[in-house]
Amino acid sequence: MSDLATLFLHAAFVENMPLTFFLGLCTFIALSRRPASAVGLGVAMIAVLGVTVPLNHLIYAALLAPGALGWAGMPALDLSYLSLIAFIGVIAAVVQLLEMVLDRFFPAIYTAFGVFLPLLTVQCAILGGSLFMVERRYDLAESAVFGLGAGTGFAVAVIMLGAIRARLAYADLPDGLRGLGITFVIAGMMSLGFSAFAQMVAS
Amino acid sequence: MARPALWSVLTDPLVRQNPVTLQILGICSALAVTTSVATALTMSAALTAVVVMGAGLISLIRHHIPSAIRLIIQIVIIASLVIVIDQVLQAFLPEISRKLSVFVSLITTNCLVLGRSESFARLNPPVPAMVDALGNGLGYSLVLIVIGSIRELFGAGSLLGYQILPTVDQGGWFTPLNLMLLAPSAFFLLGGLVWAVRSVLPAQVEAPEHTPPDSAGERT
Repeated sequence: MSDLATLFLHAAFVENMPLTFFLGLCTFIALSRRPASAVGLGVAMIAVLGVTVPLNHLIYAALLAPGALGWAGMPALDLSYLSLIAFIGVIAAVVQLLEMVLDRFFPAIYTAFGVFLPLLTVQCAILGGSLFMVERRYDLAESAVFGLGAGTGFAVAVIMLGAIRARLAYADLPDGLRGLGITFVIAGMMSLGFSAFAQMVAS
Repeated sequence: MARPALWSVLTDPLVRQNPVTLQILGICSALAVTTSVATALTMSAALTAVVVMGAGLISLIRHHIPSAIRLIIQIVIIASLVIVIDQVLQAFLPEISRKLSVFVSLITTNCLVLGRSESFARLNPPVPAMVDALGNGLGYSLVLIVIGSIRELFGAGSLLGYQILPTVDQGGWFTPLNLMLLAPSAFFLLGGLVWAVRSVLPAQVEAPEHTPPDSAGERT
């Protein structure tokens, strides 16, 4: 139990997706202009990462890993090179499914998400979560916790950045630095701050 | 298409319409792989190859793609190309392939690749599409190589593995800046690069947001 809690904190803070691995930066920068859209993106990230990482783990373990097809009489088969296409397909399907379910049963949440949901298909952080899961050989429970933790870390970072940028709209910055430039500098400072968490969890 | 038009399609994305510093495309991988020039070069070559071949293929079948499922088709084409590149790297450059770890696979979701095929290759014949992709790939490479050179030069005192500044460990005078090899410095350098480009080309400066954040324009 405490192992899983440690893994959660590790995924959320020590290995924060956007700030230490630079994953998902495109949406991280583009959708953090307003706190409201940052919150929407953060919640969507937690939901999609929490579902796709364990789902991809099941598919990888049952079909794609080296020797996984032993139950079908083909123990020598190694399909792991197909994992990229399989993961992308699963992510696209889950995002589409989530969109339809929300549209049908929770229209209020659906309108709040707006354009973010379909965009998540091509989010580096989500694909990255699944790829890290394979590289580090997590089991099912660990991959679920890892997905939720990584999503929470992304949400925390993007909401903080959104709040800071909302204040910056009134700041008097040098012309060339306005917008994208200052956002990178702020992200760098947040990354510096998050690196302090590295000592928090002994890995 | 006339030659000057093709020429400007190729050279515009280098600085004036640079995909990384102006359009916020493909930053994800741009920062992670720039701790040394060698990895930055490999990554640039891999991405340029994928974006050019992907643009050519998508542009060839552009009349046959139903627009409802075009994203899925584009992603599958790109993912197949990325798998090929990944296998080639693992076979011939195992050392660098290990350093790049998951980032080669992540070219699949690189916004730059999908962005170019969605906004240009889908609507244009193969030759301009591939030239446009090559220009964007080179613009991306330019940014990667600049940041990679700065980080390797000041973080380890070397370029491409050759020692330029003799470090203290080796009896020289240069103390390596460890910060340059960590994550924050990549953000600072890219921010500084954006600032430098926009100081030279004031047309890229963003309009000030004096309106309250609630009514500010939304960008996706």
